[in-house]
Amino acid sequence: MVIKTEPFVVNIGPAHPSTHGVFRMRTTLDGEVIVDMEPVFGYLHRGIEKLAEERTYTGVIPLTDRLDYLASMSNNLAYVLAVEKLAGIPVPGRAEYLRVIMAELQRIASHLIAVGAFLNDCGAFMTPILYMLREREKILDLFEMASGQRLTYNYMRVGGVSQDVPEEFIPALDKFVKVMPGFIDEYDQLLAENEILLARAKGVGILPKELALNISASGPVLRASGVKWDIRKADPYSIYDRFEFDIPTGSVGDCYDRYRVRIQEMRQSVRILEQALEQLPQGEVRSDVPHLLRPPVGEVYGHIEAPKGELGFYLVSDNSIAPYRLHIRAPSLINLTALRDMIIGWKVADAIIIFGSIDICMGEVDR
Amino acid sequence: MTVFDSGFGSSIGYGQTLPPDWPGGFWFHWGVFVVIILVFVLAMVMGFIYLERRGIGRFQVRLGPNRVGPFGVLQPVADALKVLIKEDITPAKGDKLVHWLAPVVAFVPVVMIFAVVPFQGGALLADLNIGILYVVAISSVTTVGIFMAGWGSNNKYSLLGAMRQVASVVSYEIPVVLSIIGVVLLAGSLSLSQIVLAQDIPFILLQPLGFLLFFIGGCAEINRTPFDLMEADSEIVAGFHTEYSGMKFALFYLVEYAEALAISAIITTLFLGGWRGPVLPPFLWFLIKVLAVFFLIFWVRSTIPRIRVDQLMAFAWKCLLPLALINLLITGIEVLVLPEALPWTIIFLNLAIMAVLIALWSKLFRLGGGRVEV
Repeated sequence: MVIKTEPFVVNIGPAHPSTHGVFRMRTTLDGEVIVDMEPVFGYLHRGIEKLAEERTYTGVIPLTDRLDYLASMSNNLAYVLAVEKLAGIPVPGRAEYLRVIMAELQRIASHLIAVGAFLNDCGAFMTPILYMLREREKILDLFEMASGQRLTYNYMRVGGVSQDVPEEFIPALDKFVKVMPGFIDEYDQLLAENEILLARAKGVGILPKELALNISASGPVLRASGVKWDIRKADPYSIYDRFEFDIPTGSVGDCYDRYRVRIQEMRQSVRILEQALEQLPQGEVRSDVPHLLRPPVGEVYGHIEAPKGELGFYLVSDNSIAPYRLHIRAPSLINLTALRDMIIGWKVADAIIIFGSIDICMGEVDR
Repeated sequence: MTVFDSGFGSSIGYGQTLPPDWPGGFWFHWGVFVVIILVFVLAMVMGFIYLERRGIGRFQVRLGPNRVGPFGVLQPVADALKVLIKEDITPAKGDKLVHWLAPVVAFVPVVMIFAVVPFQGGALLADLNIGILYVVAISSVTTVGIFMAGWGSNNKYSLLGAMRQVASVVSYEIPVVLSIIGVVLLAGSLSLSQIVLAQDIPFILLQPLGFLLFFIGGCAEINRTPFDLMEADSEIVAGFHTEYSGMKFALFYLVEYAEALAISAIITTLFLGGWRGPVLPPFLWFLIKVLAVFFLIFWVRSTIPRIRVDQLMAFAWKCLLPLALINLLITGIEVLVLPEALPWTIIFLNLAIMAVLIALWSKLFRLGGGRVEV
């Protein structure tokens, strides 16, 4: 007897435990195998780019917090760098170091969530992510000391940072930098050589080098495919040329490589933090910037290596107090475009971990 | 009716520890044990839920529930009350009868398993001389209930989960049964109390590989991590019970833990020497061993990621099944050739064989599976 079968459509999301927000995969399944997938997003659209046109240059900073809410500091940094580039505003030395410290702490915090959520998607019942949240809490404590907030920091300002860090911040950071390598080793040993994880993640969801370059992927997703591209080295912004660090890359571009690259990047971030702590100068943290900043007519593109990839702000100024146009190059969105090519032919369970390994944040995808 | 001779009627194999003047006849015995089993199952499930939540809390560097009652011991009660007063929803396009019947079909067989589990010498509802066969048969019925749930919900996630469940039970039943046969060969009886009485040395030592296979297969049958594919929360939301709420959901929750309790009790009986142990009273030994096995189960749950559905099948057919067959062959040879050998010789021989086999299979066998061309 031949049983007649036909593919059926399953909507994974928008409200699903593993879509990390409100993303929807409209998958066509043949049994468990995904034969087609159509990504649907936009559920979290808040019109941030348009809202920015109605605000002063400083007033946009809180909006950038709401982009990738797991890496608000990086968003702040990318935006203020773009404005400073546009208006030609100098930044005091101490502020530069504080910015780098915050950005690298944020990278660790974001990667902790990424790795933890990825392992959680693999089905490791909440244990890895809770271990990683433990260290993330310490980073959030540091951010709270500096900015008073734990999620949307609004810490950076055009021409510096909003305030100097309190005196207990530096000893706390020093302690964190000392203990963190041990904790990263712990995460490494938690599941790195686990047979089931290897079976689930190795060779799954391969993003070939050519495709990664073609879709202009960036961040850990690109580096896992074997491309040594990091904006901190390729186009050094702020004071990244003063630090020594390596760019970890993967070889194959599968889920396991993306997971490993993120863990290695955390180690490099700790290295940068160590050097920044040593070199941190005293002095002003903010240069004199008029309240209602009117940058000269022109346009500028400022980009940084955010935890999820190249975060760019394209600003057009018409010499008024508000940006004429703001466009955000969100790494999550661009990396997500590879999803369909990566998951066709894999099973439902693989689709979830491939999606998890890209590490997106819907606040940034939908803006 | 020879099958039931020692099970029903006037001679209920009261065994050694019950007093000879135990009051009442068959029906009294029956009534008392039905109540005992129900109370035992429900109380132990509550205890298991509490233990698992507290235990996993500790594994996950957090406290676990600690607000309701001292150390949070009343948390399962609070959960049960909450679930009782929830609205009971049936999907509009679901199969109403099947949807309603599924939790019952799933729950009843799990409780029926305990009819043959000896809590201590002679303390069991029916000492069937085919006890373990009965357990294997009746525990599979739960799958029907779960597939009914998946079908009756008219939900794609539910159906996916239910199909995974059927596939995994069909596959894992075989290594489980084969590993049981090793025990039966050693004990020379299918009756659970006879198996316990035969264990002067716990069979975990004489059958280490059998224990491992039974434990893994058992975990797969009751859908515990790493085989919890049917409710894989990160993939198919809640699997077969996605569309269940209220008391029906509570029944499925009960099934999950009652199955864990059943598998712990069966492992205790088959491999850990059941109620037997020094100093402490037999029933307490039984409880301690059950809790130890359950601890192992949720330890695994809080540690290991989940495997994929094709890997689940491959693991059963390519890894567990050959190992179970080899184990059965070796046990048969040992029973036939070395009936008078010293137990320690056999123990070390079996441990060595297990080590060699596992090393060999970890070299030969890889969980894998890959992309399908579409």
